[in-house]
Amino acid sequence: MTLKSLLKTGAAAMLLAPAAHAQEMADTVTFVSWGGAYQASQINAYTDPYQAANPDVTIVWDESSPEAVARMRAMFEANNVTWDLVDVVAADAIRLCDEGLAMEVDHDEILAPAPDGTPASEDFGDLIVSDCFIPQIVYSTTNGYRTDVAAWEGRTPDSVCALFDTENFPGTRTLERRPINNLEWALLCDGVAQEDIYDVLETEEGIDRAFAMLDRIKEDTLWWTSAAEAIQFMADGEAVMGSSYNGRLFSAIVEQDQPIEMLWDAQVFDLDGWVIPEGLPEDRLNRVLDFLYFGTDTQRLADQAAYISYGPARNSSAPLVGTHAELGVEMAPHMPTNPANSERVIVFNYLWWADYRDDLDARFQAWLAQ
Amino acid sequence: MSDATAGNLSQAAAEARRDDAAQTGPMLAADGRPLKQSLNRALRAQKLRALALIAPLLIFLLVTFVAPILDMLFRSVENQIVSETLPRTVIALEDWDAEDLPSEDIYAALAYDLHAAVERRIHTRLGSRLNYEETGLSSIFRRSGRGIDDVGEGYADQFIDLDPAWEEPATWIGLMADPDWIAEQAAWAATETEAREPVFQLAPGIADLLPETADAYRSFALALQAEARNPDSPTTEEPWNTVFLALYRDLSAGAEVGAVEGPEFARAEVVRLQEAAAAVASFTPVDLRATFADIDEGWAEMPIWTTIQTFSDPYTAGYFLAAVDLQLTPSGIEVVEENQRIYMLLFQRTMVLSLTIMGLCVILGYPIAYLLSNLPLRTSNMLLILVLLPFWTSLLVRTSAWKVLLQQEGVINDLLVWIGLVADDARLAMINNQVGTVVAMTHILLPFMILPLYSVMKTIPPSYMRAAKSLGATNWTAFRRVYFPQSVPGIGAGCILVFILSIGYYITPEIVGGRTGIFISNRIAFHISDSLNWGLAAALGSILLALVLVLYWLYDRIVGIDNVKLG
Repeated sequence: MTLKSLLKTGAAAMLLAPAAHAQEMADTVTFVSWGGAYQASQINAYTDPYQAANPDVTIVWDESSPEAVARMRAMFEANNVTWDLVDVVAADAIRLCDEGLAMEVDHDEILAPAPDGTPASEDFGDLIVSDCFIPQIVYSTTNGYRTDVAAWEGRTPDSVCALFDTENFPGTRTLERRPINNLEWALLCDGVAQEDIYDVLETEEGIDRAFAMLDRIKEDTLWWTSAAEAIQFMADGEAVMGSSYNGRLFSAIVEQDQPIEMLWDAQVFDLDGWVIPEGLPEDRLNRVLDFLYFGTDTQRLADQAAYISYGPARNSSAPLVGTHAELGVEMAPHMPTNPANSERVIVFNYLWWADYRDDLDARFQAWLAQ
Repeated sequence: MSDATAGNLSQAAAEARRDDAAQTGPMLAADGRPLKQSLNRALRAQKLRALALIAPLLIFLLVTFVAPILDMLFRSVENQIVSETLPRTVIALEDWDAEDLPSEDIYAALAYDLHAAVERRIHTRLGSRLNYEETGLSSIFRRSGRGIDDVGEGYADQFIDLDPAWEEPATWIGLMADPDWIAEQAAWAATETEAREPVFQLAPGIADLLPETADAYRSFALALQAEARNPDSPTTEEPWNTVFLALYRDLSAGAEVGAVEGPEFARAEVVRLQEAAAAVASFTPVDLRATFADIDEGWAEMPIWTTIQTFSDPYTAGYFLAAVDLQLTPSGIEVVEENQRIYMLLFQRTMVLSLTIMGLCVILGYPIAYLLSNLPLRTSNMLLILVLLPFWTSLLVRTSAWKVLLQQEGVINDLLVWIGLVADDARLAMINNQVGTVVAMTHILLPFMILPLYSVMKTIPPSYMRAAKSLGATNWTAFRRVYFPQSVPGIGAGCILVFILSIGYYITPEIVGGRTGIFISNRIAFHISDSLNWGLAAALGSILLALVLVLYWLYDRIVGIDNVKLG
């Protein structure tokens, strides 16, 4: 898609925007995102075209998404909310909504319908996991492994259970320092059927089972807190396999040409999207709504996939996904949503984890520390 | 003669003074005020001036140091959210024996509270708060937010079947609202101003007649008016189903509506109320507990109730207990299960590792400081820069550099393998564990030990050592009995600095500590930014602060704080 046609569709979308948005709008807004390649993809796909159509708008970026929930709570306590649109993962969106810090929205009212007229709420479908959440992308936490491990004697892992198989796949692993995903994988590899995982995890024996499984690799694992660490461990050869976000793995494999391969089995789907802070002044809210109508439409979400290997959250965007903006590789095979990659998928169970997170986290951290 | 004169003179002076005191009272200053007063005034002005001079710093300290600490201490016990969100339920639960599920009265109180909380969108906050104590409560509250409209629906239908007028907002206004408010509201509606609707007022006497209904209707009306973006008016909205529930409960409890004499315009409403009162006996009762169980089974189980009751006080020791691996349960304080105990372990580890780091800093720093203070100035300045250079380098850079050096595929391991000291498949694990934390933090904190040591050693005259040796002491005795005692204040200062800095350290253990090398501050950071359990984070922080103060006090008792010198 050329810039010109991009602008055209952008302008068309602007004209279609409901008249309600044509009110007094603030010219400077603050968006919050994750920095790095992800934020760059948002700038390229969403805000650059928006600013081209609205030259007098200034967008200030704040790279605070990792601590967005705590920061927003602090802002609300100080009664001084300086953010206008915040990019968070779905679990955080649910918490912000629970805490009353994020605004509830009517998706059909504020977001553009699909080109064929399907209302936004249907186009996003199940991905609207909270009334405050406007999804952008589907990403996944999945595993990668080094392709040059001599001790494996040519064997390559084809299932997530290779993580727990230290006999066939010796070497250090790297996993996230939190219970989410790790407990699911542990149970899955202990023979629990995928649909029973959360039922089993609700019982004391089930939790013991999961931890017994993790005990096998406790001493062989480096526990990461930021996904970049995991990639670093694998690139340095400190770890031979481990979990990270699929976009990070993609950039290590395709952009940096590291001897790492994807292991898509039992990838965990997660979502990332926008929330609007509660109680914005009228003019800032209008600007944000105006941007959102444009920035989350079908074409914009599809465009983002040209810069990063995360799947667009709209059903209608999937057919429009093209090639990588710089490398020219087809992006579709690298999407977590690609059928070949998603034979076995765990969908992050937000509501379950919202309940059990505090408890299991205490248990997990105690397990780690002992 | 001169003696006599002097004696006479002093006698005369003393007499004069006595006379003076007897006649004129206090001594006077030049302006006629008593001297004492005048002196006090001058001193006060001086004090004020001094205070004004330090005021900027004092205010700065109060605002940026004392206030946050007090705020943190307060958060660690504050628990008003429960009694603010569920005020009626908390009161109703006071007398509950926690043996059987609560009575219908308590469920009714919950219905009123929850409906008001849902409208204000604060019920999920309470859910998150209580979920820290009991797993699963967060989703019970979230689901209840969606289901709360079902509570009392049965009664609303029956009232409306009896007389469709119950559906009309005007019926309720006539019954519940203060006539003065109705007039005010009408005037407000006529003017179409930007101002908000006058705040709803209950009719006088209605709260005595229909206590629950009046209470429920009032919270309904106020919730509508308080909506931030699109405030509604009770004059145009049908009341919540919980208001019908309240009306049913009042009427079936035998409210004496026969005696009501409403104002002229509300005559019809009063008649309607009397009709309803006659009819409620024939209404089909709705089981509130079953209604709540339909919304979420959790409401028909004990844990949620005992948790609300246990944490209903506006102040709680719960966070402090959790911070030392205890928990508050309905049956008292208990130790948490062994597989969840973590904080005592981390406090202990933080202490032990910090002491280790402090000790290593003394051992490494002392010879360096000695060398620096005894070399000629030019060379020692050069060396001092080498000490300070890492001090000026970013913490993250230094920590990451240790990572490159110490990791298994890192420089040191490569070197050891190349020399042949270590086999290639048995590389040493020197990072992502306690060793990593100790090495990296000793390096980072070393300047804090060297600098006070250096400045103290600088002041020890070299002649003392020479004197000791010339009196026959060996090098070792001279050092032990002359030099070392004089350098102790520097060691004290360095130790306090290093130890206090290290127990609060967080970034370095996070990066190089791995599984076994993290500190208590990492958990505090987790609770601040990840789990949002700020109460627990505050309690952990307070305990850490108390520990530092205790150690400081101990140090003062044993070594004496006057013995600390920074230079």
